[in-house]
Amino acid sequence: MNETPWWASQRGWGHVAIWITVIMFAILLVLTYDSHAMIEAGTERVPGYTVINKRIDYVYDEERRRYRPEVGGEQLLFGKRYSAEEAEDLVTHGKKIVQGRNCMNCHTFLGHGAYYAPDLTKSWLDPAWGSPQSREMLMVQFLQNPEENARTYGTGRVMPDLGITREEARATVAYLKWMAAIDTNGFPHNFEPMTQGG
Amino acid sequence: MAINALDTSNLNGGQRLAIKYFSVALALFVAQIIFGLLAGLQYLMPQFLLGSLDFATNRMLHLNATVVWLLMGFIGGVYWLLEDEAGHPTVGLRLGNLAFWILTAAVAVVVLVFLIVQMGPGTDFTRWFINEGREYIEAPRWADIGIVAVFLVFFFNTVATFSRGRWTGIGMVISLDMIALGGLYLAGMFYTTNVSIDQYWWWWVIHLWVEATWEVMAGAIMAWALMTVLGTSRRIVTTWLYIEVALMFGSGILGLGHHYFWIGTPEYWFKIGGFFSALEPIPLVAMVVHAVYDSGTHNMKARNHPAFAYLIAHAFGNFLGAGVWGFMQTLPQINLYTHGTQWTASHGHLAFFGAFATIVIPLFYLAVQRLRGDVWMGGGLRGGWRWKWALGLMGIGVLGMSIALLIAGYEQSYIERAVGGSDWAAYFEAQTHPWFVQAMYWRMIMGVTTALGVVLLLWDLAVIGRYETRKAPEPAAERPEATAPEGAAPSPA
Repeated sequence: MNETPWWASQRGWGHVAIWITVIMFAILLVLTYDSHAMIEAGTERVPGYTVINKRIDYVYDEERRRYRPEVGGEQLLFGKRYSAEEAEDLVTHGKKIVQGRNCMNCHTFLGHGAYYAPDLTKSWLDPAWGSPQSREMLMVQFLQNPEENARTYGTGRVMPDLGITREEARATVAYLKWMAAIDTNGFPHNFEPMTQGG
Repeated sequence: MAINALDTSNLNGGQRLAIKYFSVALALFVAQIIFGLLAGLQYLMPQFLLGSLDFATNRMLHLNATVVWLLMGFIGGVYWLLEDEAGHPTVGLRLGNLAFWILTAAVAVVVLVFLIVQMGPGTDFTRWFINEGREYIEAPRWADIGIVAVFLVFFFNTVATFSRGRWTGIGMVISLDMIALGGLYLAGMFYTTNVSIDQYWWWWVIHLWVEATWEVMAGAIMAWALMTVLGTSRRIVTTWLYIEVALMFGSGILGLGHHYFWIGTPEYWFKIGGFFSALEPIPLVAMVVHAVYDSGTHNMKARNHPAFAYLIAHAFGNFLGAGVWGFMQTLPQINLYTHGTQWTASHGHLAFFGAFATIVIPLFYLAVQRLRGDVWMGGGLRGGWRWKWALGLMGIGVLGMSIALLIAGYEQSYIERAVGGSDWAAYFEAQTHPWFVQAMYWRMIMGVTTALGVVLLLWDLAVIGRYETRKAPEPAAERPEATAPEGAAPSPA
C-alpha cells in the first residue's frame, strides 16, 4: 500500500517540475519576442545609429520621476554628417574595438562589466570632458594616450595604453555617443550631464 | 589491495575519467585564486603589473577560471555518479576521454592567449581567435564551438548510459538540465552591434546558467550525495529534487528579468524581473530544510565527514550567497543604486563559493575516498584537522571578502550613486573614500585567508586517508521505496 500523501507524490512533483519549466520558458520566449521589437536599433528606446549626428541630452522627466535621454537637433560628430550606412559602420567598428580591447573587464557598459573604472553608459555626457567644443578632441586624445592624459582623482588607477589609433578612437567615441542615447529606464539616476548650451 | 593506497583499479571507467576532470578543475581553481589575488592587489597598488598583466586580464582569467573549473567539476561529477546511478558501464568512454583532452587543450590555449596576446584590434579575427570581450564568456568563437562539441559528447555518453541502464529521477534531471545548459550557451555565440540586444542574449547564458541550470545541477548532485554519504532514501531525495527543480525554474527563468532593468529593455521587466527574482531564494530554503532534515534523521552519521561538511556548507552557503545576497539588491528600487557597484562583486563571491564550489569539492573527497579503497573518513580520522581548517579558512575568507565588498558597495551606492549622480567625479569620490579603501584592504586580507584554505585543501586531498587502515562502512541500505515512513531508523553508518 502506498502511504505517501498526494502532496508528497514523487510522480506528481515530477510533472509539476516539467510543466512549470515549459510554461515559464514559453512566457520568456513571448517576452523576448516582444522586447526584441522594442530594442531594435531605430526604435524609441534604442535610437538608430545616425543619432551620432544629433545632440543628445539626459533630462529629468517630471511625470515619471526619473531621467531619460533626449535627442535634439543636429550636433555633428567630428564635423561630419554620417549617412545611415556610414554611422552603422562606424558604431560597429567602435563596438568591436571595445570588445577586442577587453574594456568590459575594467569598465561597465549599461552597468555591466567590472568595477575598476567608471561606468561608460553616459560617458559622452560626462562633465569631466568640459564642454561640447572640447569633448571630442579630449576623448580621442585620452583614448590614444591614456597614461599621459590620465586623471586618476587620487586613486592612482591609470588606464593602460591599449594601442588605440586615432581612427579607432573616433569609432569608439561614436559608439559611446550612440550608447548615451539609449533609454535605460533612468539609470544612472541623478546624473547631471555636461552643460551643452542652447 | 591496500586499503589506503591511491589505486585507480578501485574505480569504474566513468570514475577514472571523472578523476581527470577533477584534476584539471583543481588546477583551474588554483588559477582562479592566483589571478583573483593579483586583481585584488591592483586595487591597493594600481601600478602593480600595469602594462604587462593589467587588471582587465587578471580579472578575466579570475572569472573564466572560476566558470571553467566549476563546469569541469560538474562534468566530472556526472561521470563519477553515472555508472552507479544508471547501473550500466559508461557508454562512449573512449570518445569521452578524447573530448576531455580536447577540452583541456582548448582551455590551455585560451588561457595562454589571454595571458600573452590579451587583446586585439576591432576586427572579427579578434573575436574568433583572441578575445570576444564579453564578460564571463570571453573565450574566442573557435573555443565556443569546441566547447559545444565536447558538451555534445558528454551529453551523448550520459543519455546513452542511462538509456542502456536505468533512468532514475536524478538521471532524468541531469540529462534534461544538460540540454538546457548546452542550448543556452548557443545564445552567446553571435555578434551584434546593438548593445541592448547583445546584453539581452548575454544574460541568457550567464543568468540562465548560474541561476537556473547550474542550480539544478547542484541540486541533482546534492540529491545523489545525500544518498551516498548519509544513506537517505532515493524516494525522498528524488521528490525533493523535483520540488527544487519546479521552484528553481519557476522563479529563475523569469527571474532573468532582474538583469533587464537598465539595458534599454521595456519597463515591464521591473515587475516581472523584480517579482520572480525575489522568489529565487525559496528553492534554496527548501534545500536547507531538506539537507538539515535528512542529516537529523540520520543522526549526522555520514560515511565521509569532509564531503558531508561541505554539503551542509553548500546548503547554507547557497541560501546565503545566492539567495539572501541576491535578494538584497534584486528589486529595481534598490538596484537602481547598487547596479554596477561592488554589491555585485560581493554577491558573486559568496554565491559562487556557497552555491557551486561547495558542491564540487565534496565530489573530490568522495573520489579520494574511493581511490583509497573506501578508506575511513569518519570520526577520529588521522590528520582530520586539515579538512576542517581548509573549510574553515575558505569559509571565513570568502565570507570576509563578501562582507568587505558589500561595505564598499554600500558606500558606492550612497556616495557615487545616490548623492554624486554617477558621473566620473562621483565614481572616483567613492573609490577614494576611506570606507572603500579600508574595504579593499580587508578584501585582500580575506583573499589571502581563502588562498591559505585552498592550499590546505590541496594538501588534504593529496594525503587524506593515507594513514588510515579502517574501511568506511558501506552506504546504508536503501529503505524500501514508497512504504518507508519518513522517520525510519537512521542508517548504521
